[in-house]
Amino acid sequence: MSDKSDNQRSWGRRKVVRALGALPLGIILASQLSWAAPATTTGQAVTEDTVTVGILHSLTGTMAISETGAQEAEKLAIKQINESGGILGRQIKIIQEDGASDWPTFAEKSRKLLVNDKVAAVFGCWTSASRKAALPVFEKENGLLYYPTFYEGLEQSKNVIYTGQEATQQILDGLNWVAKEKGAKTFYLIGSDYIWPRTSMKIARKHIENVLGGKVVGEEYKPLGDTQFGSVINKIRLKKPDVIYAAVVGGSNVAWFKQLKAAGINSKKQTLLTISVTEDEVLGIGGENLEGFYSIMKYFQSQDNANNVAFVKAFKEMWGDDSVIGDVTQAAYLGPWLWKAAVEKAGTFDVDAVVKASEEGDIELTTAPEGYVKLHPNHHLWSKARVGMWKKDGQAEVVYTSELLEPDPFPEGYQ
Amino acid sequence: MGGYSYDELGAIFAMQGFAGISLFSVLLLMALGLAIIFGQMGVINMAHGEFMAAGAYTTYLISSLTETYIPAFMPYYFVFSIAAAFLVAGTLGYLAEFILIRHLYKRPLDTLLATWGLSLIMQQSYRSIFGAREVSPTLPDWLMGAYPATDMIDIPINGMFVLGLTIFTTLAVFYLMFKSSWGLRVRATTQNRVMAGAVGINTKKIDRYTFALGCGIAGMAGAAFTTIASTGPTTGTLYIVDTFMVVVFGGAASLFGTIASAFSIAQAQSILEFFISGSMAKVFTLLTLVIILMFKPEGLFASKVRR
Repeated sequence: MSDKSDNQRSWGRRKVVRALGALPLGIILASQLSWAAPATTTGQAVTEDTVTVGILHSLTGTMAISETGAQEAEKLAIKQINESGGILGRQIKIIQEDGASDWPTFAEKSRKLLVNDKVAAVFGCWTSASRKAALPVFEKENGLLYYPTFYEGLEQSKNVIYTGQEATQQILDGLNWVAKEKGAKTFYLIGSDYIWPRTSMKIARKHIENVLGGKVVGEEYKPLGDTQFGSVINKIRLKKPDVIYAAVVGGSNVAWFKQLKAAGINSKKQTLLTISVTEDEVLGIGGENLEGFYSIMKYFQSQDNANNVAFVKAFKEMWGDDSVIGDVTQAAYLGPWLWKAAVEKAGTFDVDAVVKASEEGDIELTTAPEGYVKLHPNHHLWSKARVGMWKKDGQAEVVYTSELLEPDPFPEGYQ
Repeated sequence: MGGYSYDELGAIFAMQGFAGISLFSVLLLMALGLAIIFGQMGVINMAHGEFMAAGAYTTYLISSLTETYIPAFMPYYFVFSIAAAFLVAGTLGYLAEFILIRHLYKRPLDTLLATWGLSLIMQQSYRSIFGAREVSPTLPDWLMGAYPATDMIDIPINGMFVLGLTIFTTLAVFYLMFKSSWGLRVRATTQNRVMAGAVGINTKKIDRYTFALGCGIAGMAGAAFTTIASTGPTTGTLYIVDTFMVVVFGGAASLFGTIASAFSIAQAQSILEFFISGSMAKVFTLLTLVIILMFKPEGLFASKVRR
């Protein structure tokens, strides 16, 4: 009797220990089970009624000023898709990660989203440097990235859909416009020191020298985040260029324009064309420091069409009346919609099938705020280039709109 | 330099000189607060940049409040906001010393870690309160634009303003440190803490006010820099490297060293930047610093404190 009870007690104790040990495992298993239920794909975070995607932008650091809008637009698009019934009958769930303006962090977080969270698609990255850092991860893990920023081109990956404009769509038309409208012959190029400004300037220089017959009188790069432009401004003053062609990004942008104005260089004396200022940046720079300068983009918030009016209204409802919408914010908004179209065409979330559906050249959005866009088999969008002149209130007046431009990420003669 | 007239070259020379002086005043204003704390107390304050950001955010707050409630006051608020920035950052510094730093004086390396932690906490607070986006106060019109000295020479007004503020602050610090009785007590504490205590100086109080003063000056610097650049939660980290560079190169315990060091770094940087590109200018400046520090590890002006 006493023997038995002793035995029981010791068993009991062991069982308790075992049960305790198994408890967390059980919880993990239970949560894994619901995810692992295969729907239309293998190994992705897709259940019978949800599909998980990733958003990966810098919420902190020097790029936060630019990237905040992009992730807000992506969330708005996803919310609207969910409200209209989701994708293939599934509601979209979001896992958000912070790239922290640090390129290796983008690679690390991409791996986390693809390997640990098994997301079906990622909407993210902003600078080219962050995309280049994340790209090998997406190619190795066969993920799908919707990249929203206008960028330098010279890239086409199976695993990336580029919803912004590549260099020729932005740079060439803008240069043609300024050469024709302002009779510009001499250009001073200035940018932040990383891959996008440097490659963009290389393309711009070739176009200025070979096509427009103009002259580049100076080319300058400043470290990312630098706030001292006094010497550069003096150099520009000495060279007296017809056009300052600028690609300064992030926090440096604010210092650059404030100091230009402080040095007495304004739009009355100097034509300035920039490829790195959208409504987002103007918020930090201040409209009064930019008045009369030009930006080349594919979208401006002031664009007057029904799609855009509805988009601006919805965006302000979700993110507040003070929020502004820049070029990349709009391009980021296209990402989830393009993904939805491709997934529904493919009938599955499988990356290979979605990419194949995207490459057939017939995915288009008639509801895009910028007007109309179509996905080219080379993973880029057909879109229009627009030149906007900045006004004091931080909005731009569109002074030039191009034809629908074919994306050409590998332009002959510019490499 | 063919193709340019003497007038043009003269004008560029003058403006380039001012660009150097302007950078000098920025570096000096950044470094003054740190030099006081590091030089007089031996505390390596990694959160210095965040105290600057505190001053910048104070300016931003006052600017938005003024714009909303008393727009007529807009032309004058900026002067007022510099004083407010000094008080806010100084108070924060006072509290930080009281809560954190004073327990760690005997463990200098731990203050490094503790102040770094403090900087992370402050960054995250700014992010939670003001958001991740960078902000800029609306500057009064008289601070913007350029003063056309001649047809060709334009001198940035914000640059002159920062220069003036730097001169004022530097003179004030020198007066405090070397002419006032409070400064005498600070220097006595630095030289021999035990002896200073023995003659009746409240060294703990001295420490607290010195730290608060250093942070307050950092706050003023932050307020002044809103005229040059924008403010974000991590703005401070942009400045902290340059600030330490100036203080270490100048010699930790010497205010004269800090001035000399800020001047030589600023001139080297802006002259180099005129002839080569911005990134390379920075590389050359840093390389030169490293080489000089290899031969003079104590900095330009070695401290004369008895060890």
